[in-house]
Amino acid sequence: MKKLMMTVAAAALAIAATGSSASAAEKLKVGFIYLGPIGDLGWTYRHEVGRQEMVKELGDKIETTYLENVNEGPDSERSIEQLARTGHQLIFTTSFGYMDPTLKVAKKYPKIMFEHATGFKSAPNMGTYSGKFYEGRYIQGVIAGKMSKKGVLGYIGSFPIPEVISGINATILGAQTVNPDIKIKIIWVNTWFDPGKEADAAKALIDQGADIIMQHTDSPAAVQVAAQRGVLAFGQDSDMIKFGPKIQLTSIIDNWGPYYTRQAKAMLDGAWKAGDTWDGLKEKMVVMAPYTNMPDDVKALAEKTEAAIVAGTLHPFKCPVLGQDGKPVECKGGAALDAGQILGMNFYVKGVDDKIPGK
Amino acid sequence: MGLLEAIIISVIAASTPLLLAAAGELVVERSGVLNLGTEGMMIMGAACGFAGAYLTGSTFVGALFGIAAGAALSLVFAALTLGLAVNQVAAGLALTILGIGLSGLIGAGFVGERITPAPRLYIPLLTDLPIVGKILFGQDGFVYFSIALVATIWWFLYRTRAGLVLRAVGDSHTSAHALGYPVLKIRLLAVLFGGGCAGLGGAFLPLAYTPFFIPGMTAGRGWIALALVVFSSWMPGRLVAGAYLFGAVTILQLHAQAFGLGIPSQLMSALPYLATVIVLVLISRARGSAGSVAPASLGIVFVPDR
Repeated sequence: MKKLMMTVAAAALAIAATGSSASAAEKLKVGFIYLGPIGDLGWTYRHEVGRQEMVKELGDKIETTYLENVNEGPDSERSIEQLARTGHQLIFTTSFGYMDPTLKVAKKYPKIMFEHATGFKSAPNMGTYSGKFYEGRYIQGVIAGKMSKKGVLGYIGSFPIPEVISGINATILGAQTVNPDIKIKIIWVNTWFDPGKEADAAKALIDQGADIIMQHTDSPAAVQVAAQRGVLAFGQDSDMIKFGPKIQLTSIIDNWGPYYTRQAKAMLDGAWKAGDTWDGLKEKMVVMAPYTNMPDDVKALAEKTEAAIVAGTLHPFKCPVLGQDGKPVECKGGAALDAGQILGMNFYVKGVDDKIPGK
Repeated sequence: MGLLEAIIISVIAASTPLLLAAAGELVVERSGVLNLGTEGMMIMGAACGFAGAYLTGSTFVGALFGIAAGAALSLVFAALTLGLAVNQVAAGLALTILGIGLSGLIGAGFVGERITPAPRLYIPLLTDLPIVGKILFGQDGFVYFSIALVATIWWFLYRTRAGLVLRAVGDSHTSAHALGYPVLKIRLLAVLFGGGCAGLGGAFLPLAYTPFFIPGMTAGRGWIALALVVFSSWMPGRLVAGAYLFGAVTILQLHAQAFGLGIPSQLMSALPYLATVIVLVLISRARGSAGSVAPASLGIVFVPDR
């Protein structure tokens, strides 16, 4: 029922969006599909900030439309097609679950260019882009390993997709470098956005002994619960220091603005090509919030780790990577796991004492 | 604080918004009106409740704002369904869309702001009792109010003449009308009451649960509240049991995961809904022998003859 409502709402928005397009024939029309509300303070909010930066940069050369609260899966197809039909020449679909719908619409509209975030399927007119968030997770793991007194980390996962699993693995690998016996408790909430449920999960993890809270969901609820309980935590997607000034250690910030600007510019110059962009700390698509609420030596270690990743001397998934059974997994990238292995990661590394749900 | 105590406190917090919203909807449905706009009224209550508390610094004022916002939105529903005799299902769904949109607009200026969460009761000695202390004497006002609310609704429905009339209107509006009862007026009051309760349930989220406002933060709780009313087979006592059961399943599945019990989380997330389906089957089987069924005039438009 809720799904139906959201679809109706999205369709209504889409219709509203078509009304304002008549006057700007020469402008490049860029469309965005958002998963949550732009005010989620997390994932969608950061894409919206990216869009605003692009508008600021390119000014009246472009015109943008966004649809928020678009459900993943088949429902999103209608919304994407709505943008395609209303003169948008470049469309960004900003969540993993839009992958197949985007591909379908891209095949139907070969003259319109699509960009899908965090997926692995592409077409001549559909590129993919994502951030190497696992680099930030690795640094968080190092910090968590140092800061955890009980040696138990609490991790709130959304859905068991490769993106989230590689984040969990990077965290534990980072933590193991400073505390080989570190443990991690994982709760899947099966939603990207439900502040109440995210808060419940954070409470459950704290009640069961985790003393560092980290999340892969979209609202600041977990940070806020940690602040109430006086437990250390990491923000997610954006700087959430406001919600836990005394407990946020750092936060992975998604920085999409430069990329959106670059791609829209390429469209304007007629130089757009379906690419496969996967940038990290080095390219500043992934940025770390200030390291706070930790002693200087931990901060120095975090900064050193970050510098090493940027310099390319440290890879979070450097081989050998041990699977849960303790045996090294196949190393396709030479010195480290290759992009395909990380983007399609569907196993836990050694030290994660849990099972991936549904496996 | 022991783990069991912590779990029970979390369960109560998770159940309270459901109980508040469902209690109001129960009265609405008992009067024969089906208002599917609970989600919309809840999110309006959340936005306005937060705004009120943020501007005045008082949780109590925030709660009043939440109630007023829910009731105000339900007035739109009443105007459509009672005044213009529009289809109740369509009007209810429209109300949800309206509420989600409007709350986003109202709340936009408050996103990212924080407030102090609702104060919790503290009675020296009693609250300090081991295990039961915090559970019984350490909750916030919403929790006590929700229990008192359901008790009052039970007393009203089954022990007062007005409650009897309300049930009669819900079971056969033509008969009630023939007897001279003001069917539409009674339904209007019921709808407003339901709106206020939903608004309060929504306001609980930013005022006590997670003290900030984010658009869409009710995240489908209004629909669960609707399911709960059916689950309770329109009986206040069962409503409390149902709300706490739903809350318990939600929280326990999280703890089961953290314990590493190895049950797929997708299955556990579906448990509350599975429970609803099972209860619906049980109700349907028990029908005829015992157990209350839906109010007979539920969802049917009433136009008084003149």
